[in-house]
Amino acid sequence: MKTRTTFVAVAYCLLGLASFAAHGELSIQITKGVDNPIPIAIVPFSWEGSGVLSEDVSQIVLNDLEQVGEFRALSRSNMLSMPSEEREVFYRDWRLLAQDYLLVGKISRAAGSQLVRVQYEFFDINRELKLAGEVLTGSVVQLRDIGHAISNVVFEQVTGTRGAFTTQILYVVADYISPQLTNFRLEKADYDGQRAQILLESQEPIMSPSWSPTGLDVAYVSFETSLPRIYIQNIASGQRRQITNYPNINSSPVWSPDGSKLAMVLSKDGSPDIYVQDLTSNQLMQITDHPLIDTEPSWSKDGRSVVFMSDRTGQPQIYQIELGASAFDVERLTYDCFQCMKAAFLPDGVNLVHVRRETRQNPNYQIAILNIETLRVITLTDTSLDESPSIAPNGSMIMYATKFNGRGVLDAVSIDGRVKFRLPSSQGDVREPSWSPFLN
Amino acid sequence: MVISLFAVAACSSTSEPEEDSMGGETAPSSSGPTSATTTPGSNSGQLTQDEIAAQNALRQTVFYFDFDIAEFKSEDRDTLTYHARDLAANPGKRIRLEGHADERGTREYNLALGERRANGILNYLIVNGASRSQIEVVSYGEERPDQNGQTERAYSRNRRVEIQ
Repeated sequence: MKTRTTFVAVAYCLLGLASFAAHGELSIQITKGVDNPIPIAIVPFSWEGSGVLSEDVSQIVLNDLEQVGEFRALSRSNMLSMPSEEREVFYRDWRLLAQDYLLVGKISRAAGSQLVRVQYEFFDINRELKLAGEVLTGSVVQLRDIGHAISNVVFEQVTGTRGAFTTQILYVVADYISPQLTNFRLEKADYDGQRAQILLESQEPIMSPSWSPTGLDVAYVSFETSLPRIYIQNIASGQRRQITNYPNINSSPVWSPDGSKLAMVLSKDGSPDIYVQDLTSNQLMQITDHPLIDTEPSWSKDGRSVVFMSDRTGQPQIYQIELGASAFDVERLTYDCFQCMKAAFLPDGVNLVHVRRETRQNPNYQIAILNIETLRVITLTDTSLDESPSIAPNGSMIMYATKFNGRGVLDAVSIDGRVKFRLPSSQGDVREPSWSPFLN
Repeated sequence: MVISLFAVAACSSTSEPEEDSMGGETAPSSSGPTSATTTPGSNSGQLTQDEIAAQNALRQTVFYFDFDIAEFKSEDRDTLTYHARDLAANPGKRIRLEGHADERGTREYNLALGERRANGILNYLIVNGASRSQIEVVSYGEERPDQNGQTERAYSRNRRVEIQ
């Protein structure tokens, strides 16, 4: 009766055993952009070494900036000159091409080592002003990280918002090998789906991955014992431990903002309720107590309350409760939808991202934002099976799971709904994205 | 190695009824003249009608549900009664109730919904004579669909509780 599950935890950093998923090579597809993107010229960085570099740093920056939709990069073939440092920059060339910003750079071998130096400079064309510039040094395999770091600087200089290009994502892939055999994988990748690595592999379902606030650990649900149980795994070492072994459902682990506690769902007393477990003392606190379904906990920013979904009035709606409050002292947040589910606050603490089914007649599940003060609702997506929204740490975009041609894929949408992009994936059903905190 | 283990699991799941549940799947009726002529062969004695009905009922191990509904269908009541009696008559027998949902709605809600469906059957089996210790309940939510795809037929196949 019991089927044995095998798993691999890959300690790629320490052991160099990274398992790169096959889809790392595909590029992001922008499905919807803004009407008036900011024109930016990103000149190919000159390479002053021998051989060919494995990564095109300026192309990485270009992809980053274009896929968040607010920028449009000038085609390389339209450039009148190819400066690589400030003394080669003639502002007039770029004004002629109606560019607002200019990024140039050069890469060279660091003297006496295998490292490379990436020097970049970023200019405001209209003000004829150098806005930023620095030299970043790293190994060749870190060129992608360096590119994303430059994107962060450019994005913050122009928009005033901290860039999230050096963040990562967790997600689950289900590969249907045969009707009886599905291969489940927990993977981690750059925010753009590149450099995917397998953290856990199993023939039993894996669900609900979430990051610790430090970005060093992940929590998830694995059915490897044939029952859903919560595990915490250190990303670098691959070491993992089982956190729960209560009867029935153990699911939805979510770290408190300070990292000391884990909110979760347990149905050990008959129906799913929200609990909080202290990770130091292992003390368990029951937060909700209702005979119907309470699930999908998410912390408020101050860590003092939890937002959750309950079908206590018949259909799933969003509620909020303070930790330590009476289980009766629950505030209902959504009223005007047939089903509102899987909610989480944006960093502003006012706008509530959620999955929304508007009416019983409308079968579509979409990602929406409810402002709990004005009660204004913005529906961000127009597909029908959208779920598992996860918010970028800078609050600018939401990644979610949807179906495309019958297959699970990951899409991202800006919080104003104007920009969308789809992550590359070549095989399997991809689902349950979880966006990391800032990692640097 | 893992593949062979799953092949065994595959065999045990092929006994499920092939009918689509949406139009109202008919549980094996208590009077089955055609079965009566085919099943007694292996037994020396003559089976009573009720024994034949029980045999038929025990062969049904998958029970389908309507969308977002946790209660099993009324036409499955008799079949489940036979399962309960079988457990009561065989105290050493252990079963596992696996609850499932279709993919619409969120994964965590569906996990809870699958458990609610399995618990509905669990409670019915206990009320009708089975012992709690004979039954393990697990919900897979939408994680183990019987059929992939976004069709109503696939969805109706996926909303189920399986007796393993």
